[in-house]
Amino acid sequence: MKILVCISHVPDTTSKINFTENDTKFDTNAVQFVINPYDEFGLTRAMWFKEKQGASVDVINVGGAETEPTLRKALAIGADNAIRINTEAKDGFQVAKELAKVAKEGNYDLVIAGRESIDYNGGMVPGMLAQLIGANFVNACTGLEIEDNKATIIREIDGGKETLSSSLPLVIGGQKGLVEESDLRIPNMRGIMMARKKPLNVVEPINATPQTEAAKFEKPAPKGEVKLIDPENLDELINLLHNEAKVI
Amino acid sequence: MAVLVYTESENGKYKKAAFEAASFAKAIAEQMGTNVTAVSINNENAEEVGNYGVENILSINNSKLDKFNAEAYADVITQAAKKAEAKVIVIGQTANDKYIAPLLAVNLEAGYAANVVELPVSTSPFQVKRNAFSNKAFNITTIASENKIVGLAKNAFGLKENPTTANVENFEPSLSSDDFKINIDSIDKATDKITIADAEIVVSGGRGLKGPENWGMIEELASTLGAATACSKPVSDMGWRPHSEHVGQTGKPVASNLYIAVGISGAIQHIAGINASKTKVVINNDPEAPFFKVADYGIVGDAFEVMPKLIEKLKDFKAKNA
Ligand SMILES: Cc1cc2nc3c(=O)[nH]c(=O)nc-3n(C[C@H](O)[C@H](O)[C@H](O)COP(=O)(O)OP(=O)(O)OC[C@H]3O[C@@H](n4cnc5c(N)ncnc54)[C@H](O)[C@@H]3O)c2cc1C
Ligand SMILES: Nc1ncnc2c1ncn2[C@@H]1O[C@H](COP(=O)(O)O)[C@@H](O)[C@H]1O
Repeated sequence: MKILVCISHVPDTTSKINFTENDTKFDTNAVQFVINPYDEFGLTRAMWFKEKQGASVDVINVGGAETEPTLRKALAIGADNAIRINTEAKDGFQVAKELAKVAKEGNYDLVIAGRESIDYNGGMVPGMLAQLIGANFVNACTGLEIEDNKATIIREIDGGKETLSSSLPLVIGGQKGLVEESDLRIPNMRGIMMARKKPLNVVEPINATPQTEAAKFEKPAPKGEVKLIDPENLDELINLLHNEAKVI
Repeated sequence: MAVLVYTESENGKYKKAAFEAASFAKAIAEQMGTNVTAVSINNENAEEVGNYGVENILSINNSKLDKFNAEAYADVITQAAKKAEAKVIVIGQTANDKYIAPLLAVNLEAGYAANVVELPVSTSPFQVKRNAFSNKAFNITTIASENKIVGLAKNAFGLKENPTTANVENFEPSLSSDDFKINIDSIDKATDKITIADAEIVVSGGRGLKGPENWGMIEELASTLGAATACSKPVSDMGWRPHSEHVGQTGKPVASNLYIAVGISGAIQHIAGINASKTKVVINNDPEAPFFKVADYGIVGDAFEVMPKLIEKLKDFKAKNA
């Protein structure tokens, strides 16, 4: 089985979010970049397939050279090959089109991406990619088994879950549940050494056109001070929730 | 050149998110000087969405679509968009909407903006404001393509009644076997509990509650308020509560009207997922807890003392205001 894991290179969850150039660019100064958390669950599930069922695992990113450390980290976790499509990621559609070409040519049985990237929060690349290459697609996956070319997938729905089955090729938008937090791997010294020798192929883009443009960023308006309520005077809280906030 | 809105149904009835999407679509249509067509699948009372300003309804009744199937639904909405000659398509952001939207975007070669929080900033160029960086910022996105899909963030616009006698047309889109390549084997959904996704009020507990045996007061407060229950990540990681209750940046997003956090410190990853909630209340015995910086109302106190009293008072309040 050939697996492709899409890796989005995102600011660590604790990052302070600031903008430069008149609020048109994300300020990467002092920001630590990591594998998108949803992709990390997917990558770890791919490792499981590799070890238990014999799969090859490629990781891919659409981005500039600055994303290579993130791809190297994926190699250190155990992926076999990395691919970087050498162009700035501008929107979900453009990224999906760039990925589609490589995914199609590589004849992957399974493409694992994340439910959403925690920076742009588009939640669109995996679905678009699947539709572009004519593969089946399941979003918000919390479980995936593959047996004899047939996938059994658990999808999270609002208020529950659903079990689906699909033939391959399949694209999933994954999240926690594919593996648990405790299954995530921190690259060890040996992994890091081996990752240096593994191939990281830089592929030139097809220069797909984006459909959207991130024109400007804004930070939420500063919030007013919290109103503190005396624990001995809970009637005041109820009054405020009822009459001021009008939520009860 | 209508605006098309997909109004989601469940068990033959519209979801609240469908009415919100319709309200939003109507307001966009007014901005653009056009009207709204809704596409409705297997709804027993399709014209109901007229209450929110929809003029035309393409109503589909087909037992093949009884179970939600993203590919088939995206295909049907694509055909509806073409029939209505819609260039702007509005969709909600329920789990199913988020599943359909990217497929629809490819079908229509449309730019898609997810998590949109208010009416378009401008319709020419078409610019929307959306959540980005997990609610830590907003992004003004220009959709440059001819067809445009706008995903309205949950609870961002609210319901705007606008009673209209809608014209209901039976629509029979063509379906092919390609639409049903994925099989839905089983659906497992608790019907007796309010879900975090649908709840107006969410009551959430953190590690400050010390152990799962203390969740009775969270549940009691929730049932008093008709709220859903939630928890912080460590609480679900330790197995005190099911994973489905974990909210935050890496868990479920919450966009309720009221979020009550009990014994939750307010770590950045937690706040990122609940920031879209309108009013936030924190109960924490540490006045330095970061949650106080983002909350609207705060009580510095021991949850084990405050909660029983609060539950009693809210029960009285509910009894008087029933
Ligand atoms: C990559 C990553 C992703 C993450 N994603 C998420 C996420 O999605 N959601 C999430 O929640 N967390 C997430 N976290 C974890 C987050 O950083 C915090 O560790 C977590 O939110 C803390 O949970 P807590 O507030 O319940 O516990 P604690 O931080 O232990 O806080 C407990 C609070 O309870 C208070 N308390 C104690 N006793 C009482 C009492 N008797 N009465 C009242 N208050 C009391 C304390 O003062 C304290 O403020 C993530 C972390 C990382 C690294
Ligand atoms: N630039 C990128 N390169 C590779 N994969 C990406 C990229 N952007 C997004 N993805 C994948 O698509 C998923 C969803 O991203 P998004 O649609 O941007 O929210 C991510 O979790 C990744 O798996």
